[in-house]
Amino acid sequence: MKILLKSRSPSDTIRIGNRIGNLLLLGDIVALVGELGAGKTQLIKGLAAGAGVRKTTYVSSPSFTLINEYAGRVPFYHIDLFRLGSEKEAEELGLEEYLQGRGVTAIEWADKIPSLLPKELLWIEIRNTGRKTRSLEITGKGERYLNLVDQIQSSEFGVGSSETRRRGSRLPTIC
Amino acid sequence: MRILAIETSCDDTGAAVVLNGRKILSNIVSSQVSVHQRYGGVVPELASRRHIESIVPIVTEALERAKVTLRDIDGIAVTQGPGLVGSLLVGLSFAKSLSFVTGLPFVGINHIEAHLSAIFLEERSPKFPFIGLVVSGGHTSLFRVDGFGKFKRLGQTRDDAAGEAYDKVAKLLGLGYPGGPIIDELSRTGNPEAIRFPRPSLGKNSFDFSFSGLKTAVVNYVKAHPEPATGYPEDLIRDIVSSFQEAVVEVLVRKTLQAAQHEKLKRVVLSGGVAANSRLRQKMEEEAAEQRLKVFIPSPSLCSDNAAMVAVAGYEYLKQGIRSPLSLNAFSNLPL
Repeated sequence: MKILLKSRSPSDTIRIGNRIGNLLLLGDIVALVGELGAGKTQLIKGLAAGAGVRKTTYVSSPSFTLINEYAGRVPFYHIDLFRLGSEKEAEELGLEEYLQGRGVTAIEWADKIPSLLPKELLWIEIRNTGRKTRSLEITGKGERYLNLVDQIQSSEFGVGSSETRRRGSRLPTIC
Repeated sequence: MRILAIETSCDDTGAAVVLNGRKILSNIVSSQVSVHQRYGGVVPELASRRHIESIVPIVTEALERAKVTLRDIDGIAVTQGPGLVGSLLVGLSFAKSLSFVTGLPFVGINHIEAHLSAIFLEERSPKFPFIGLVVSGGHTSLFRVDGFGKFKRLGQTRDDAAGEAYDKVAKLLGLGYPGGPIIDELSRTGNPEAIRFPRPSLGKNSFDFSFSGLKTAVVNYVKAHPEPATGYPEDLIRDIVSSFQEAVVEVLVRKTLQAAQHEKLKRVVLSGGVAANSRLRQKMEEEAAEQRLKVFIPSPSLCSDNAAMVAVAGYEYLKQGIRSPLSLNAFSNLPL
């Protein structure tokens, strides 16, 4: 199952991330894909806030250090594979350990390591639709993540989101 | 007092021997040519496994070049964080083992504090207090520094580090890695005013930085001007990177000088890999001179990651008898 959300700005992307982050549990893995400047780090700022990380103003890009760890409701791992040349490098990095459910793990540029990723995860693809606007395609793979997509959809439609509907943004489309 | 220092926070394995926290007896970084020759080629240090392979030869070379043995060493300093945990652990475990075996005291050092200490390896070094800007591929932070171990963070990046923005723009334009030196070179002959990229300020009273919007602006510009079949004209590339660099440098200089004004300080210290950037050095010197501020910038080889700067901070702690326990752990985002 897929849903499609729309973001009108970087702060909108953070808000969407926050909602999804609220629903994340220990062991969850979120894979993010999108070109340079799509807003992957912004979305993760939101995910971290939703997962209970405090002071997310400074949840910054770990492109250089590859992995940042934060203490939230559960440990929050922010991984960024931008600098990675090959899957072999990821193996040498010891990435597997982060994919074994010690916390919530969000991975930027996840498409660089297709064979290392677990089969079940939440896959989010961000596309540029304008200078500031983005579309987020969210796919759940495996039972846990199909449920999660379901929950994301209800949180977008659900109680208290009438304002969202009135503004006409982020209307989920079910594919 | 001779300090042996070890630095493995990111890509490079580094080891150094420094006398009394001021005089470099040796300062070896794995990206240096002699080490590559020893191992038959350039070795990227991305993975902790590479650090494991190179730490013994690098430390050995540092001792040899300094013409000392472990018996001449009085203490060990090692980077504890921030950085890549797998890499940090290699240096830290090595230092701890060495300390355990030799009985030498060891102390864990914050990588950012080490960058801020690099300037004391130069003949011309500042008195405290000063404003310190640490700007690299992983960090962009402003500090008020009142002494060794006495820091107040005034601001930091909320998204990308400045050096990271350089790398990403270079990659976007297919210029190679690392982006800093490449863009620095190309910009010399480009027009810095060709394109007006945004200068994110985050409000007058904030000393925080944000470079992801600037990066996105470059992406948007490149999209609006797609590559012709004949490839990008060289002039356009030079203008894009030159204009990008001007925006980054302007923000770094403006915030640093604002911080100096806010804290009523007359001295400014630059450090970190991006402090090797020629345009940043030039503009900081020029604008600081106008405001009658003194600027201190380490030579480029001491700006990028190295172990000698770790020894400077280590010396200051060890001479006071401050040492770390063998239970010390590495942290990816160790705060300063």
